[in-house]
Amino acid sequence: MVGGTTEFIKSIVFQLANEEYSMPVDLVGSIERVMHITRIPGTPDFVKGVLNLRGVVTPIIDLRSRFGFEVQEYTDSTRTIIIQHNNMDVGLIVDAAYDVIDIPKERIEPAPETVGSVSIDYIDGVAKHDDRLLILLNIDKVLSHEEIKSTTHSDVQKV
Amino acid sequence: MEMNEYLDVFIEESKEHIQALNEHLLELEKEPSNLTIVSEIFRSAHTLKGMSATMGFQDLADLTHKMENVLDAVRHHKITLNSDIIDVVFNAVDVLESMVLDITDGGEGKQDVTNLVNQLQAIEAGEVVTANEEAAVTVNQSASVQIEQQLDQFELTVLQQSQEKGFANYQVTVRLQESCLLKAARVYMVFEILEKIGEVIKSTPSVTELEDEQFEYDFNVILVTKDTPDMIKQKIMKVSEIEEVVVAELSLDNISEQNEYTQTQSNAVQQDNSEANSGKETTKSQVSNRTIRVNIERLDALMNLFEELVIDRGRLEQIASSLRDAELQETVEHMSRISGDLQNIILNMRMVPIDQVFNRFPRMVRQLTKDLNKKVDLQIYGAETELDRTVIDEIGDPLVHLIRNALDHGIETPEVRKQKGKPEEGILKLNAYHSGNHVFIEISDNGAGIDREKVITKAISNGIITREQANGYTDKQVYQLIMESGFSTADKISDISGRGVGLDVVKNTIESLGGNISINSSFNEGSTFLIQLPLTLSIISVMLTEVQNEKYAIPLSSIIETAIVHKKDIMHAHNKQVIDFRGKVVPLVSLKEVFEVPGDVEEDDYYSVVIIRQGEKMAGLIVDTFIGQQEVVLKSLGNYLTDIFAISGATILGDGQVALIVDTNALIK
Repeated sequence: MVGGTTEFIKSIVFQLANEEYSMPVDLVGSIERVMHITRIPGTPDFVKGVLNLRGVVTPIIDLRSRFGFEVQEYTDSTRTIIIQHNNMDVGLIVDAAYDVIDIPKERIEPAPETVGSVSIDYIDGVAKHDDRLLILLNIDKVLSHEEIKSTTHSDVQKV
Repeated sequence: MEMNEYLDVFIEESKEHIQALNEHLLELEKEPSNLTIVSEIFRSAHTLKGMSATMGFQDLADLTHKMENVLDAVRHHKITLNSDIIDVVFNAVDVLESMVLDITDGGEGKQDVTNLVNQLQAIEAGEVVTANEEAAVTVNQSASVQIEQQLDQFELTVLQQSQEKGFANYQVTVRLQESCLLKAARVYMVFEILEKIGEVIKSTPSVTELEDEQFEYDFNVILVTKDTPDMIKQKIMKVSEIEEVVVAELSLDNISEQNEYTQTQSNAVQQDNSEANSGKETTKSQVSNRTIRVNIERLDALMNLFEELVIDRGRLEQIASSLRDAELQETVEHMSRISGDLQNIILNMRMVPIDQVFNRFPRMVRQLTKDLNKKVDLQIYGAETELDRTVIDEIGDPLVHLIRNALDHGIETPEVRKQKGKPEEGILKLNAYHSGNHVFIEISDNGAGIDREKVITKAISNGIITREQANGYTDKQVYQLIMESGFSTADKISDISGRGVGLDVVKNTIESLGGNISINSSFNEGSTFLIQLPLTLSIISVMLTEVQNEKYAIPLSSIIETAIVHKKDIMHAHNKQVIDFRGKVVPLVSLKEVFEVPGDVEEDDYYSVVIIRQGEKMAGLIVDTFIGQQEVVLKSLGNYLTDIFAISGATILGDGQVALIVDTNALIK
């Protein structure tokens, strides 16, 4: 994880299907309301398309559909979190984003083995903060390229 | 690491200096007696040495230092230049370059240079006796007056004249305290005093070097004044942090003696003179040419933000015209004009002269002609022609390939040329120029030209065409064959070109840049390769089309025309839809199907079709409606989405939405 020399990780907390997730705040470029998205053909379902973020064409991932949750209509609280990581600008659509908190490092525990049945390699661990349970995301795995490539590849063959 | 942020600058500047070294060495080879050039070379080498020592690249600094010694000896007429020496120096520059490249790749810039260093030292030592003699002379004189400077004719005349007019000439040696921190500032103060009491004829080290603090603690100047030595001394001592001032009278006999000594050694007073003169000129031009380095990403970001501004401007214009407020309209109009100018400036910032690519060719041609035993005169025209940075980065390799090709296959050996009745020296001409929205680059040689029959025979044996096809081909079509993949006309494969990967790579690169290449040739008279390139890669003309609710942009460069086709004109072949387009059977591709556009298909009797082509192949793209032709700014989809089928990029439309740009090449099979 991205951690400083301090024992806290400053993290942004966002909501997704009644669960609270978090990731280091220094990955976040900005938080936007939902804007017009242009669909990109031949991409996996969770890639919603691209939008114009102040002149930069930015791909958008719907985190609900990325994690296999039920897809919902966007509401007033729906937000796009723009991630800047590894020379990539990617927007993540979440149900709501509202908080930045310091998570003490020693509170972080490995993800329980039994969470979900699908692969959970994009979860770095969980942390208890007051009486909330935060799920720490591994952004590298969330943005994993292999998944994109393999899906587009099969699409190409279909065409 | 703190050094890292300087490393980029170091690498960039080292490359520039190495390029300058190469260029000047080439000039020097043409006129070995021109000491101005030697000084230029010396300057570049000296700076390079200083930079690499600071950055801790010792090998680089050492080699430069040895090279500098040789150059210094040349500059002071201790050795005479010949082509052997120039060759060794060229080699040294090559090694320097490879060291810098190593550093670029994250290496230490280390390399075994013993051999080269020995060679350089041998050259330097070639005249070591005379060098020693001169040193001895200086030592003798140092008892009374230490003259380290060698004066040229001009300076000597000034001194003589001033003496005749009753001024005294002094050599003033100033030593700064070792604790002195701002050496340059102290030097400046000393000079200010000196200039008040008289005139400074010469200083060692030079004023520029002094300003850059490139000296230990002492420096000396030759001063023409009416003051007495004591007065001079007192005045200078008023400057703090001065350790010692020695003022000694300068006897002209001594100088002229020494000057004669130098003259007999190399009789180069005139060159010395011109050295001094042009030295002044170069300092001037250096001052006027002030630049800063800007990361291209920052320019891109600037461009992005600016485009957003343009979109807002459009909205403002609409609002202003609907409100009919004269003052508002005036302001918006003014803003429009300013942003138009701004756009031009931003676009121009990305333009760089093609000289950046051309400048490495003289060196390359020199090496190649030596290897091939050919005589070639390389002529470069239009090096100042400007191109977008992105195009510049890509065009280098294809040009290298074409030049190697021209030297290897085009221009004949001197013997052959003689037999053909041509001058022994061949001409290779590089010419760049603007025309319309394009830049043209011509590479022409007056060599053997292309042998039509040979090309046809080769193409047939490689299975590219059949004999029947060949007979119907025009010369131009035949020449195009040499750029087909798997074609190489060289009788034997040489090191220079013809390694199997041939002109087809050149053609592909140029086409991927949105340009094209054509060949003109006449047998035994020479060939011309003409490359046409777009001025910039970031703006392209597209046809905007709509499929359901989605907008797709099709590059105009690949469109032949648009057509409305009636349903009954669509035929079926192999279960595929085709149309008869001007006598040709063209397959139809539905963009809706390819891009899986959601929405119901509305049956219509007429189809809107965009006919596209790639090379000889054509296809018709079925869209719902044509929106119109537009100039758009090409943008990438970023690093996350790569390899999207049939999409080459995106653009932002006037309403702020993103439209995708269709990669037509992927749709033609």
